[in-house]
Amino acid sequence: MKIIGTGSALPEQVVTNEELTKFLDTSDEWIVSHTGIQERRILKEGTVAGLAIEAAQRAMEAAGVAAEDIDLILCSNVVSDFVTPALGCFIAGGIGYGGQTLDVNGACTGFIKALDIADSYFAAGKAKRILVVAAEKPTYLADWTDRATCVLFGDGAGAVVLERTKESGCLATHLATQFNADFLNMPTPPTNCPFTQNKGREGYMYMNGQEVYRFAVSSCVKDLTLVAKKAGLALSEIDWFLLHQANQRILNAAQMRLKQPGEKFPGNIGRLGNTSSACIPILLDEMTRDGRLKEGQIVAFSAFGAGLTHGAAILRI
Amino acid sequence: MTFEKVAQIIADYKDIDVSTITPDSTFEELSIDSLDTVELIMAFEDTFGGEIEMDPEPKSVKDIVALIDAQA
Repeated sequence: MKIIGTGSALPEQVVTNEELTKFLDTSDEWIVSHTGIQERRILKEGTVAGLAIEAAQRAMEAAGVAAEDIDLILCSNVVSDFVTPALGCFIAGGIGYGGQTLDVNGACTGFIKALDIADSYFAAGKAKRILVVAAEKPTYLADWTDRATCVLFGDGAGAVVLERTKESGCLATHLATQFNADFLNMPTPPTNCPFTQNKGREGYMYMNGQEVYRFAVSSCVKDLTLVAKKAGLALSEIDWFLLHQANQRILNAAQMRLKQPGEKFPGNIGRLGNTSSACIPILLDEMTRDGRLKEGQIVAFSAFGAGLTHGAAILRI
Repeated sequence: MTFEKVAQIIADYKDIDVSTITPDSTFEELSIDSLDTVELIMAFEDTFGGEIEMDPEPKSVKDIVALIDAQA
């Protein structure tokens, strides 16, 4: 498979660290030094579906394909505007598509899970072109009284159109689950069903930052080393490392352990915060449009998130 | 023995003189924040082996030395 078009969409509303200090006991200096984040985008009036459709349309335009050229929509999303229908259906409606849609709730690892599924569809001969969209609003789940977590997140969407090729550009993937629901979770909203005692609970996203940091750095380094080995590549032969943008310090720690130059680790966390599974496709789109990403280059992706899920992939562009 | 190794790892990580670190030094005094603590724990795990628990979170050099010695 090969990426033939990329797109992204962001909410218009920019929220700076300064604005957060108005209701949280924090400072711009603390947020920047602990996370690398200066500002983030948060949906004000728009919807996740709106962002997802906009990103999808941009990717399709860049690829020069219409809805009838697509054989599958793969959507990575944790929370959208509805519990059901799934976000993939809204994207189908938005672009005028009537085929199969498949939604993946893989938390921050969702985009890499989607790439892996797409590669399998191509290998099985079940699709010629696949639209992958990752659209997220983690700001909806965050607890805005918890200064340690709410400052981290931003909303956004990224998309790619993938095409089957004779020789797949997907050189290796690796996906794994290390089950732990204590370090990072979001409870199901409460029910008023009188016949159950399991009523769910009011609440927001919970994250144990230190444990997630430890998991993120170690899984990222292990996964990237593993996929490079699977692809028969030395880490030095990889042109770019596109890592899930969870925290600049996680990126720095992984980069140091992989012993690769910092220039190979592009980022958008400073401007956008952690946009969950949308981080990587947004970054892909930015790098494609500004010319950093060139045909023939080798890109490694790595992501980690709730589950705990983690994974990596290597693609030839 | 553990203390000397721990102090050296902290000194290298924070780029400070090892002689300024005592068993009673707190992480706050050494400007070690919560994420530095995790980084250091990962470095200690690499050096001493095993998995070091972070709950309750260690707050001083002494706490870390005790955690590592408990592992051994």
